[in-house]
Amino acid sequence: MTDVGTLHAPMKVEFDYTRSLGPTLSEFMTGLKRRQILGGKLADGTVAVPPPEFDPQTYDPITELVPVGSEGVVQSWVWVPEPVPGQPLDKPFAFAQIVLDGTDRPLLHAVAVEAPDQIATGQRVRAVWAEETVGAITDIRWFEPEGDGPATVPGPEGEAVNGIIAPVNLSYDYAASPEESKFFRGLADGKLIGQRCPVCEKVYVPPRGACPVDGVPTTDEVEVADRGTVTTFCIVNVPFTGQQIPIPYVSAYVLLDGADIAFLHLILGIDAADVRMGLRVKAVWKPRDEWGTTIANISHFEPTGEPDADFETYKVHL
Amino acid sequence: MRDVAIVGFAQRQMKEFDGSPTCVELLVPIFAELFEQTGWTKSDIDFWCSGSSDYLAGRAFSFVSAVDAIGALPPVMESHVEMDAAWALYEAWVKIQTGLVDTALVYGFGKSSAGQLRRVMSLQMDPYTVTPLWADAVSVAGLQARAGLEGGAWDEEQMAAVVARSMSDATGNEHAIRSRTTTVEDVLAQPMYADPLRRWDCAPVSDGAAAIVISAADTPAFDRFPGQSAWITGFEHRIEPGALNSRDLTVSTSTAAAGAAAGVDGVDLAELHAPFSHQELILGSALGLGDDVRINPSGGALTANPMFTAGLNRIGEAARQVWSGGSQRALAHATSGPALQQNLVMTMEARS
Repeated sequence: MTDVGTLHAPMKVEFDYTRSLGPTLSEFMTGLKRRQILGGKLADGTVAVPPPEFDPQTYDPITELVPVGSEGVVQSWVWVPEPVPGQPLDKPFAFAQIVLDGTDRPLLHAVAVEAPDQIATGQRVRAVWAEETVGAITDIRWFEPEGDGPATVPGPEGEAVNGIIAPVNLSYDYAASPEESKFFRGLADGKLIGQRCPVCEKVYVPPRGACPVDGVPTTDEVEVADRGTVTTFCIVNVPFTGQQIPIPYVSAYVLLDGADIAFLHLILGIDAADVRMGLRVKAVWKPRDEWGTTIANISHFEPTGEPDADFETYKVHL
Repeated sequence: MRDVAIVGFAQRQMKEFDGSPTCVELLVPIFAELFEQTGWTKSDIDFWCSGSSDYLAGRAFSFVSAVDAIGALPPVMESHVEMDAAWALYEAWVKIQTGLVDTALVYGFGKSSAGQLRRVMSLQMDPYTVTPLWADAVSVAGLQARAGLEGGAWDEEQMAAVVARSMSDATGNEHAIRSRTTTVEDVLAQPMYADPLRRWDCAPVSDGAAAIVISAADTPAFDRFPGQSAWITGFEHRIEPGALNSRDLTVSTSTAAAGAAAGVDGVDLAELHAPFSHQELILGSALGLGDDVRINPSGGALTANPMFTAGLNRIGEAARQVWSGGSQRALAHATSGPALQQNLVMTMEARS
């Protein structure tokens, strides 16, 4: 068989982190919401934005926050030629360390300029605020070179901001291992492919690349039957988000005939209360035109009607 | 302190690994290579410790799946750090010092190419005030580079000299991903990428895995070990605050402190984990390395930077030099966190 590489698929993971804020960052974010930047006063007399929660020298909590300017000076900068998703601008821009008026330590934020020759260390910049502020660092959309425009006027005191929602989303090119790829390609042909460990001779379905007992590559390919024995199971009675099957239903470990390691699948075609260890089951395949390189080609397993397997035949596979 | 030696090292690097995020396919042959180097078997390894992160390739509990490569039946003693495997090696070394174990195999793995590495790395920044801006790893390094360039701590030619030496040395390293015999002039002729950084100032995105075996001297397994040893003489790590505005980015006080504690006197060779060219200059200054110290004969992280093993590789490359007689006393360094936040220094020596 020619090497066709592994199977790949795009994968996105996303989660909106809800982060509560301590007193220092709560006050800082509350300030941002009313378009007022607050700096933390450190023990050495310097003012830092963002304010650290604890003093880096004395380790005491930072309790004194003071209003600082929405304008400042670029201390260092870097060009961002290829912005990544989530950054303040989706066209090339600069990230800069900006020392705001009334502060001593720089804030990291974006500066919107068209080209790297439009920004320089020492340049004065000012904050561009979001139309609607929520109490987050992104309330400052970015900074821009200081012009003659009006200065920012902070809004009235509002309710305290006690938390932020920080969405994290990551995109991957997700690859199956070479062995898993063979398994999934086999499924597309209606076959169940496992691999045998050359040392202990156990057959793994799905194949796993290395025998977890012996730590050697599982190279020997084996086709196993699409029927087997329920070794253990659980009845799902709890509803959860994204559930696709009406409860109660049975998730079971099925030991396919010819395999040494059971794998997890769904049992239907029998009342949940009647599922038992030793139950003989067979795969129910979806119509062939719906097959892909996926375990979902098998809709579920259902009883074969054969007599139950003797416990002795699967006791070492539990 | 117990005498502990590095007795085995194996590595794999590539631009894009066509395989699973657990890298089991890389780890199995790496472990086999280490058993060949040491003459040992799985049962001679008392402790296994790894470094990796699920964020890199998006596979949940990839370090648990990677244990398949060990063959963990009967069960093995195992641990994991979400850091470069150099820190896993530190954990293993401490465990040997406690007397609980005598030998350890330490491994790291990562498939950076599965995601967008510089973006993924912004998740290590402050989650309240920096990560929401997705300040990527290249940008953070660029801010650090310019601070030194415009502050007079280093200049463009010095950065280019690091690149030229690294890429030229990497032509002799079969594991390097970016190598070419080149000069300072060639480097400076390259266009700016993330101004002030050229692409060659930034380590290439790299996939890979690596592993090291260490052993106490006073153990039966070591008596059977046929090869050369690199004896660990100092092993220290230090960390600085995470907030970028709480420290001077143009120096590395944590590296200086770790180096002073480990003892850098008499070092003739150093493998420094600097994923950006200017960072090698910072590290060299912090450690006080003189002109007579050979730096990164392997080409260093600028020529292959597999996340979670590039630091361990520095230790392995230094050990290889000690084994071969290329160095009498070597230093290896690993870094973690944004802009050299955390730094580890190991010194090792040959003994006749």
